[in-house]
Amino acid sequence: MTARTAQASFPGAGALRETGRLFALALDVVVNTFRRPFQVREFIQQCWFIASVTILPTALVAIPFGAVVALQLGNLIVQLGAQSFTGAAAVLAIIQQAAPLVTALMVAGAGGSAICADLGARTIREEIDAMQVLGVNPIQRLVVPRVLATMVVAVLLNGLVSVVGVLGSYFFNVVLQGGTPGAYLASFSALAQLPDLWISEIKALIFGFIAGVVAAYRGLNPKGGPKGVGDAVNQSVVITFLLLFFVNFVLTAVYLSVVPQKGS
Amino acid sequence: MGAEVVIEGLTKSFGRQTIWRDVTLTLPPGEVSVMLGPSGTGKSVFLKSMIGLLKPDRGRCEINGVDIVTCSERKLYEIRKLFGVLFQDGALFGSMNLYDNVAFPLREHTKKSEAEIRRIVLEKLDMTGLAGAERKLPGEISGGMRKRAGLARALVLDPEIILCDEPDSGLDPVRTAYLSQLLIDLNAQIDATILIVTHNINVARTVPDNLGMLFRRELVMFGPREVLLTSEEPVVSQFLNGRRIGPIGMSEEKDQATADAEAAHAAAGHADGFDEDLRGIVPQLEPTPGLPERQAVRRRKDRVMRIIHALPQQARDGIIESLTPEERERYGVARRPSPSPRPRDNGWHPPEAVAGEAPAEIARLPKSNWRTDPPDGSGGGA
Repeated sequence: MTARTAQASFPGAGALRETGRLFALALDVVVNTFRRPFQVREFIQQCWFIASVTILPTALVAIPFGAVVALQLGNLIVQLGAQSFTGAAAVLAIIQQAAPLVTALMVAGAGGSAICADLGARTIREEIDAMQVLGVNPIQRLVVPRVLATMVVAVLLNGLVSVVGVLGSYFFNVVLQGGTPGAYLASFSALAQLPDLWISEIKALIFGFIAGVVAAYRGLNPKGGPKGVGDAVNQSVVITFLLLFFVNFVLTAVYLSVVPQKGS
Repeated sequence: MGAEVVIEGLTKSFGRQTIWRDVTLTLPPGEVSVMLGPSGTGKSVFLKSMIGLLKPDRGRCEINGVDIVTCSERKLYEIRKLFGVLFQDGALFGSMNLYDNVAFPLREHTKKSEAEIRRIVLEKLDMTGLAGAERKLPGEISGGMRKRAGLARALVLDPEIILCDEPDSGLDPVRTAYLSQLLIDLNAQIDATILIVTHNINVARTVPDNLGMLFRRELVMFGPREVLLTSEEPVVSQFLNGRRIGPIGMSEEKDQATADAEAAHAAAGHADGFDEDLRGIVPQLEPTPGLPERQAVRRRKDRVMRIIHALPQQARDGIIESLTPEERERYGVARRPSPSPRPRDNGWHPPEAVAGEAPAEIARLPKSNWRTDPPDGSGGGA
């Protein structure tokens, strides 16, 4: 942090500056993660909190998600005469793409907005200032546990979504579309492979980090008063969603070109 | 002894708007200073710049030889442990009760046992009159209590520098007086450097050793209390008297048209509710009897006597007036033969002192037993 005497002013400078600060915060979070003492208590409380607000909605979203995949593929695959591959396609779609995204959207929407609102309220009540003045670094004390909590919960939720999604897809395929359970289960590993699960979890981890950092950034910099906190929450969710889909695209592209796919 | 704070050429602006520029002052170690200023002149911004919450554009702010404007973040967090800061609304942690709030700095920074923490916390809560409220959440108590709890939290680490952002706003006059007394007592006990930012005239007159005033984006004055209390500077005297007539207007600076209109009204007999002149040097608050003497008083006397020849005449008279004969001899100064320029009659007089020359009874309130019989008994009954 150096004293800035003049600020550049050209179109887009504001956006660049905000982006820079966001990255600075992300870096601060990473650095402070390794600084003792680690706030175990806060971390566990936040994990519990985020899990409690996300588990039910995530599970409820995961079921129809699996179902939609099953229904779409079901119709298409019947026309192609590859019914036995329904399970394979569903597993691939759910584990590789749907699960981390659903997880991240829920963590950002339910957990991130709560984090943003909480930090925003603390900021405008000068609690964050007070904490700094008491010689406690709010990034280490408050932000790091929250970001780590979103990451952990995202990874765990990702597993839950994968299971629930696949079960939902199985239910719709077998019970409603009259598919054969044996074929569904047997084709599980026809297309999907173990690295798909890894990339799924890695995505969830990164998405959780992004959701946590963006929520913390917007929460620590609300613009003016209680209304600013509301706006900040809104923006944090929107920014996170945009970033998530972009990062998902990049990660998928990299993964597909680095890890050889089955059958190719 | 508290730390010395040296501020040089500090300038702060938000975007294109300058808040204040080139503020230069030194808070002498262990002394109590008050920074006055109309609302919106950046007093709180000044405090926040002093603790590195806001980055000034230029200038230095040295505490114990460390310039907090340019030092590293890690060093800044170290330096901040010397501070106790009372924020305007207390800035308590909303999710913790008062006990945990006050215990927070101890738990973060010390390895004290829970029993010891309990002792310290209860002592500070008792000091600020909050005993029994330790289980309450900040949302459940009044603004005045939040403020006192904020003070208790600022005090637990025995700070060397205490900064108070408007300790009186939202408090009734009695509690303000108690708080002023508490700050003076604290200063006597731990000899901390104290800076109070306020616009309460009473606090400004009775509490500090040094007074300063911010107005029109700069530091108008900063110096020993006597200098500002007797100042002829229009801004200072208007502010200390709480009048409308003067350079300070409703929105920061007054334009000529408003000033002329007000002058015309005043000439036609429309005045502020009172036109008593509140300036003049009033006795400073003393620590509660039984507490140690304030070390700062003697240090300040030595310091002020060294620069006394540079002070304005009225301040000089006031200072010399306040010395005891022995001190006058020690510093080699003499009282001016003429009486001090201002009638010093704004203290409270015990009834018998007045009874000698004033009419024995000015007004009699029906059924009032406040006033005892005049000492001579025979005086003018109705």
